[in-house]
Amino acid sequence: MSAQSTTGQTTTGRTTAGQPGDPTLVGTTAARTERRGRRIPWRFIGGRVAFYAFTLWAAITINFFLPRLMKGDAVSSYMARSQGQLTPDAEKALRLMFGLDSSVPLWQQYLDYWNMLLHGNLGVSISTGMAPVGDAIASALPWTLGLVGFATVVSFLIGTGVGAVIGWRRGGRLDVLVPVTTFLGTVPYFWLGLIFIAVFSTTLGWFPAGHAYELGVEPGWNGEFLGQVVSHAALPVLTIVVVSLGGWVLGMRNMMLTVLDEDYITVAQAKGMPDRRVLWRYAARNAVLPQIQSFALALGFIVSGTIVMEMVFSYPGIGLLLLNATSAKDYALMQGIFLILVLAVLVANILADIAYAILDPRTRQTEA
Amino acid sequence: MRTPAEESPTLTQPAGVGSPETAFVLAVGPQPPAKATFWSQLKASLAMFGNRKSAAGLVILGVFVLVAIFAPWIAPYDPNAQHLDQTLQPPSFQHLLGTTHIGQDVFSQLVYGTRGVLVVGFLATIMATVVAIVVGVTAGYLRGWRSESLSALSNVFLVIPGLPLMIIVASQFDDPPLPLIAAVLGLTGWAWGARVLRAQTLSLRNRDFIQAARANGEPLHRIILVEMLPNLMAIIASSFVGTMTAAVLGLTTLAFIGVIPVSNLNWGTILFWAQQNNAFPDYWWWYVPAGLCIALLGVALALINFGIDEYVNPRLRSAGERARAMKRKGMDVNAAVTQVRTGTASAGPAESASESTTA
Repeated sequence: MSAQSTTGQTTTGRTTAGQPGDPTLVGTTAARTERRGRRIPWRFIGGRVAFYAFTLWAAITINFFLPRLMKGDAVSSYMARSQGQLTPDAEKALRLMFGLDSSVPLWQQYLDYWNMLLHGNLGVSISTGMAPVGDAIASALPWTLGLVGFATVVSFLIGTGVGAVIGWRRGGRLDVLVPVTTFLGTVPYFWLGLIFIAVFSTTLGWFPAGHAYELGVEPGWNGEFLGQVVSHAALPVLTIVVVSLGGWVLGMRNMMLTVLDEDYITVAQAKGMPDRRVLWRYAARNAVLPQIQSFALALGFIVSGTIVMEMVFSYPGIGLLLLNATSAKDYALMQGIFLILVLAVLVANILADIAYAILDPRTRQTEA
Repeated sequence: MRTPAEESPTLTQPAGVGSPETAFVLAVGPQPPAKATFWSQLKASLAMFGNRKSAAGLVILGVFVLVAIFAPWIAPYDPNAQHLDQTLQPPSFQHLLGTTHIGQDVFSQLVYGTRGVLVVGFLATIMATVVAIVVGVTAGYLRGWRSESLSALSNVFLVIPGLPLMIIVASQFDDPPLPLIAAVLGLTGWAWGARVLRAQTLSLRNRDFIQAARANGEPLHRIILVEMLPNLMAIIASSFVGTMTAAVLGLTTLAFIGVIPVSNLNWGTILFWAQQNNAFPDYWWWYVPAGLCIALLGVALALINFGIDEYVNPRLRSAGERARAMKRKGMDVNAAVTQVRTGTASAGPAESASESTTA
């Protein structure tokens, strides 16, 4: 009994004291931190990679089980719509094609589904004339990515900047902006989009009301087409920016108020640093960290808002495609879009992680 | 303050029967610390709603709740009744907010729509909050792989975009029932609350009073329910309000898209019909009020959350007040150098000394 406890003590004692061979413990403190800073944070990266892999697996599994848990399936509804024009043989063929053959056990279907996905095969879409789902998504994705990506970055930059300034000039006249942006943030995307169309497009005629470009224009890298794209994207971008601005402003302002009370801000000011440097390099840099973390949360919201906004503006992106697939009960297309959306959100999360790791050295050194 | 004993009839009888009334005052002596009764505890746990912002938000929310409850008495017409001789009327005394393309009264639709929004909103939020508390507190209290897996679960739900999932689930049903819609909204809305609750529970479980409770041998359910939950109330309330905002937006969005049955009247359905019948931009009375109602409910919920935020983090409240107080005395809150002011009559010396140290 006692022998056991002593061995236990010696082992723990050795690990806490640090292995004598550990290179990070040799040299001066400065040299040690230098070396440690360059060390690649494998544990942090590994944890994040495991999380993303798990999320992807969960999304794919949800995607697999959702249509199979429901009463009707894609083939039955397709058969119902064709009103007896298709033979039972055709139904069987369709079932095989969709991997919905009930004679195959569920786990086999699941493996087949993975096999299809790994070969980049998302199935065929009924509503777009049996075209591969991948093609339908590929033609819609650039529009959404360009629009949402641009609008989100603009909104984040403006909101964070305004929030930092409001926090810095606390108690000033700019405080009025907080309730204003909050009110705009609670307005539904689709409603504001419709109002914008009513005001700026129908009444004032400044911007076109919908679509990504005029029907007669040939897509290409020429001035006319690009001008069309910009003017057609103006109202959707404005909608996203106006609605999502409030969250960034409020989050940044609240963090600034907390950070500005810290001692290092007082010290920086006491050293006689210019205000501008204290504001942006000392206060804002630290206050922006939670903002980047909340980016992950905001993204799901923005994706959701975009879907409806694309419907309002008839913008030929992923959201409109999803809604059309929904009304046509095109399950393969719906699943493919859901998968792509999850992937896009995951990629954006990875980017946010990288930005966070660059801005905050602590995540690189310790386990987050 | 009169004690209950004073009011009892035996003691208020004329002198001679008992001791004089002054004896009570002497007997009470110095006031002991107020005993924790149910009401004082309730008051303490509602303190986060005690500021002006929260109160304003609660009042607006309360008005909406009243409208939802008393909808049949408030609405002048049946929301689905068609008055085919009065289509697309602008607002008048007969129809306060005008009529639709088939002569339905928009105001009545709005009043009944409040009911649809609030019932589904509260139902979804209650489900989401219960899941968030169970998952979040458990993940925060447990250690090891069970905690990690629960936390991974909530992170997954945090990342998966909610509205596409809702659309896909709702579209599998021809006529999704309301509880199902609420369940889907709740399913996609619990993760953020669970994550915040887990973080707070993690920090609570190492505090002294929890350690003491554990050392005293208190059972687990008592530690969680009696010791921890009161300290999590502000965060639970805040996540409840946030989830409700998301649920209301999600519900109206789903209704606007037309994924959930249009027979379930809510503000989104009104907008759905308005857009289907080309109400934009001419028939503003049809679509403006419904959108404003959604925004007003959102503002009310945001105000409640502002109040809770300021209660949890007093810096948010004091920073603005302090800066304004300094400005009134002609000082800049961001000035690096403390100004030495001579001969200002506006502030007392003690006050200015304390202000200059904080600058």
